[in-house]
Amino acid sequence: MTTVADKPQDTHQRKPQSRQGKPAARRRLVVIGNGMAGARAVEEILARGGAEQFTITMFGDEPYGNYNRIMLSHVLSGEESDSDIFLNSLHWYQDNNITLHAGVRVERIDRFTKYVFANNGHVVPYDVLIIATGSQSFMPPMDGLYTPSGSVKPGVFTFRTIDDTRNMVQHAQYEHHHRAVVIGGGLLGLEAARGLQSHGIDVDVVHSGGHLMNAQMGPEGGAILRRSVEALGIRVHTGSRTTAVLGTVGTDKVSGVRLRDQPDIDCDMVVVAAGIRPNVDLAVLSGLPVERAIVVDDQLRVLDEDDIYAVGECVQHRGEVYGLVAPLWEQAVVLADHVTGADTSSAYLGSRTATKLKVAGVEVASMGLRGPERETDEHIVFSEPSRGVFKSIVIRDNKMVGATLLGDSRKVAYLTQAFDKGLPLPEERISLMFDLGAPAEDESVAELDDDAQVCNCNGVSKKSLVAVVKGGCNTVAGAMDATRAGKGCGSCKLLVKQVVEWAADGAVEEDPAASYYVPGIPLDKPSLMAAIRKQGLRSVSAVFAALAPDSGEGAKSKMGLASLMKMMLADQYIDERDARFINDRVHANIQRDGTFSVVPQMKGGVTSVQQLRRIADVAEKHNIPMIKLTGGQRIDLLGVPKEDLPQVWADLDMPSGYAYGKSFRTVKTCVGKDFCRYGTGDSTKLGIEIESRFQGIESPAKLKLAVSGCPRNCAESLVKDVGVVAVEGGRWEVYVGGAAGAHIRKGDLLATVDDPEDVKLLTGRFMQYYRQNANWLERTYAFVPRVGIEHIRAVVVDDAEGIAAELDAAMQASVDSYVDPWSERDDPLTPGQFRASLPLTVLPQVPVR
Amino acid sequence: MSTRQVSAGLHNLGPVDQIPFGEGRAFGVDGEQVAVFRLRDGTLRALSAVCPHRGGPIADGTIDQRVVMCPLHQNAFELDTGCSTTGAEPLRSYEVHTDAEQNIVLRTGRSGVIN
Repeated sequence: MTTVADKPQDTHQRKPQSRQGKPAARRRLVVIGNGMAGARAVEEILARGGAEQFTITMFGDEPYGNYNRIMLSHVLSGEESDSDIFLNSLHWYQDNNITLHAGVRVERIDRFTKYVFANNGHVVPYDVLIIATGSQSFMPPMDGLYTPSGSVKPGVFTFRTIDDTRNMVQHAQYEHHHRAVVIGGGLLGLEAARGLQSHGIDVDVVHSGGHLMNAQMGPEGGAILRRSVEALGIRVHTGSRTTAVLGTVGTDKVSGVRLRDQPDIDCDMVVVAAGIRPNVDLAVLSGLPVERAIVVDDQLRVLDEDDIYAVGECVQHRGEVYGLVAPLWEQAVVLADHVTGADTSSAYLGSRTATKLKVAGVEVASMGLRGPERETDEHIVFSEPSRGVFKSIVIRDNKMVGATLLGDSRKVAYLTQAFDKGLPLPEERISLMFDLGAPAEDESVAELDDDAQVCNCNGVSKKSLVAVVKGGCNTVAGAMDATRAGKGCGSCKLLVKQVVEWAADGAVEEDPAASYYVPGIPLDKPSLMAAIRKQGLRSVSAVFAALAPDSGEGAKSKMGLASLMKMMLADQYIDERDARFINDRVHANIQRDGTFSVVPQMKGGVTSVQQLRRIADVAEKHNIPMIKLTGGQRIDLLGVPKEDLPQVWADLDMPSGYAYGKSFRTVKTCVGKDFCRYGTGDSTKLGIEIESRFQGIESPAKLKLAVSGCPRNCAESLVKDVGVVAVEGGRWEVYVGGAAGAHIRKGDLLATVDDPEDVKLLTGRFMQYYRQNANWLERTYAFVPRVGIEHIRAVVVDDAEGIAAELDAAMQASVDSYVDPWSERDDPLTPGQFRASLPLTVLPQVPVR
Repeated sequence: MSTRQVSAGLHNLGPVDQIPFGEGRAFGVDGEQVAVFRLRDGTLRALSAVCPHRGGPIADGTIDQRVVMCPLHQNAFELDTGCSTTGAEPLRSYEVHTDAEQNIVLRTGRSGVIN
C-alpha cells in the first residue's frame, strides 16, 4: 500500500487498534524530516532489510521529495537546475512503500502514547520514531528585518531551502535590482555572493568575524581568501555588524543596510547567511532533552528514550553539533544498524570533520585544528598571496591534527586520509604540501570541468568517473574497470586515481588488488617471485594452477606473468605462446587494421648503404603502404599483413628491432666525436655497444635509451629511461627515470663514471634492479621517484645491499639467452603462427602513401 | 527443429591441431568470419572474428577459460556467449565441437532457423 500524500484527505488515519489488526504486523517507523539526514537514514534502514520490518511514514516540512541541499549554491549560480539536485523523487517513496507527507509539519510528539501530531490534523502512531528536523538559518537581531505584520521584509532572504533559492533568483533577475548585501562571510555567505554575481548583481559581504570563514581557518588564510574573493569583484567588510535593514519610506522595499562603525551600504536585496541553528522546537515542546540540540547517545538514541532516535544537524552528540554532511552519513549508518537490529554493537563516536569545497570559485579545504594549540605542536605554513595559495598544517606527535588549504587542493585527498586515519607522516614535511619530483598535475582534480576528458585514450570524462563512484563503486580499480578509464596508454592512471578519491570524498576503499603484480594472482611482486622460486614453477599455466584463486587462468594476467618469468628464469622458462600478447607471438606491433609494423634493428640509429638498399627493395616488393622514420632512429615498415611477416623478415635478413614489446627497445645516439665538432665522447660507439648487449631484454615496461656525445644532448638523454651524456674530461653521466612521452620527466643523475665499460655495467645493473622491483607496466619515470634515486644509487652504484654481483649475473643470464625472434620465420613455433586473423578482409586497410 | 535441417549449417573446418592450446585462429565460413578458440582444457569456443568496437582481430586476442581480450583496445568478451564484459557490443557466438576424427565442426546460421 502506497500513498503519497500532500493533502490531508489523501491519507487515512490509522487507529491504534491496527496494531493488533494484522498478525505479526510490521512495526511502524515514523520519520520526522525529509531532508538529507532523514532520507539517508531511511535509505540505510531499507538497505538493512527495513522494508520487511517496518511500515514507514515520513513527514517533510517542504512540499518536495528529498534534494541535495549542498547543491543549492549551484542552483543559485545557474550551473544546475533545481530538478538536477533531487536525490529521491516521489517515485522512490512509492517504490519503497513509504507514505510521504510532504509539506506537512509535525507539531508535537506524545512519547508516552507514541503518537505524532501534524499541523494538518493527522495523528500518526509509531513504534520507532526518528527525528531529523535539521536546522534553519539564524537571523541575527537587527532593526527593520520584519514588516509590521511580522513576516520577513520582502527583499530579505535566507539561504537554506530550494524555495529560498528560487525566490532569490527571481528577485535578482528583476531588472532594476543590481546590488545585494550578504550578511555572513562564512561558507554559505560566500557561496551566495558568488551565486548572485552570476545574475549580474553587485555584491558586498558583511562579516562580523575578524576574517572570512573564521570557523574553518585562521587569520592568515582568511586574509588570502579575502584577496581572492575581492579579486572576483566582491567587496568584503569584516569585523562589521549589520545593525539594521533600511527600507524606502512608504514601501516594504529594501534600500540598504546600516553597519556599526561603517557607512551604510545601498542595496535592493539582503541575504542572511549568518549561520544555522538546529530545529529543536518540536523536541523541546515534546519534553525531549535539548541543550544546543537534541541530545543523543552513541546509538543515536535520544537520551533516556527507548524508541526515539535523532540524526543530522538537529543532534548534539558528545557535546558536538555538526553542520556538515559527512557526519550525517556516518550517523545514518549507526542509526540504521540499531533501528533494524542489523548490528547492535555499532556505535557512533563522533566525526572528524574535513571540508573540501569550492567557495566562490576558490578551492578551500579545512580539517581539524585551525592552528597550533600546544607549544609542542608543529605548524607548517606556506603562503603565496599573489596566487591566492595558502597552506597550513598542524602536526602533533607525528600525526596530522589540522590543515587548511586554499587555492590549491592537489594534496587534499592525501591529507584527508592522513587526517582521518592518523597515518604516519613523511619526515620531510614539505612533501605533505607539495608533490616533489612526481609528475606534476596541471590542474587540481576539483577544478577539472565535469566534461573534461580524464582518460584520453578511451574518452572517459570526469563526469562519468564521478558517476560510477557515486553509483557505489569506490575502489580505483573498480572505477577503472567500469569506465575503462586508464586502460589505454595508462598515463592518466594517477589522475583517474585522484578523481576517484575526490569523488568518493576520502571514502576510497583500499583496493587490495592495487598491490598485486598482475590482477589474477593475489600477490605483490616480491611474494609472487618468492612463490615462483619456492615452488619451482616454470610456466605461466603452472603459476595459475598453483597460485591463482580456484587455479583459474586470467587473460589480463598472462602477459605480465610471461614477462616476469622470462626475466626470472631466462632459458629455464617454459614459454607457452598463448601467454604472450599477439605482438610477442608474431614479433611485430599490431596496427589498427590488424596488420603489423616491422622495425628492423638499426643499432644506435646507424645504418649503411646495403641496409637502406635492402629495406627499399623489401618495401617495394611487399608494397609497404608507409615507410616511416621512428623516434628511436629506426625505419618502420607499416601495414604488413601477418602472413607476410616471415617473408618480409627473410627478405630483410636483419634482426628484430623489438619495437613491439615490453622490453629494451633502442638506443638513440648523436653523431659523436668522429664527426661532430663539439663531441667529447664516442657516443655512437657506446650506443651501439649498449644496444648489442641488451637487445630484446624483457622488462615490466618498455625501455628507451640514449647516448649523447656532449652536454648539448642531441640524443635527448635527459628524458630517457637510461640516458648517457659524455662530459668534458672523458667522463660519462648516467641518468635514469627520464621520460618525454605521455609524461615529461628529467632523469635523475645516477652516477658519473670514467669508463664506457662502467656505463654498460651500471646500465645493466640498473635495468636488472628495475626488472626485479618495478610493478608491471610501471615505467622508470614512476619507478625511480617511487623507490628514490638515493636508494637506487646506494644499491646500484655503491652496492649497499651487497646484491650487485647477483644483479649483474642475472642480467648476464638474460643477455646469454637472447635469440633473435625473427629467426622463427623458417620454423613457426605454433601451427598457423602467422595465419591471417581477418581471413575475409583484404589487408592492409590503412591508407597507402 | 529437425537435426537434418540444422545439419545443413554444419561445417567441418579441418583438424583441431591447427589451433594451439590457449590460442585462437580465424576461419572464413559461409561468408562469415569466425574466430575459433581452443582452451587449455581442450574444449572449443567460437565467436565472430571482428571486434565490434574498432574492427580488431578477435582471433589474435589473449584468452583464459572465460573471456577473450581484443588485442587492439582490450575489450573483453565472454567465450560462451559473446557478451562483452567491458561494455562493447556483443560478438556472435557459434556452436562448435570436435568430431570423432578430431576435426572442428562449426554450426553457422541461427539455431532453429532453416537457411
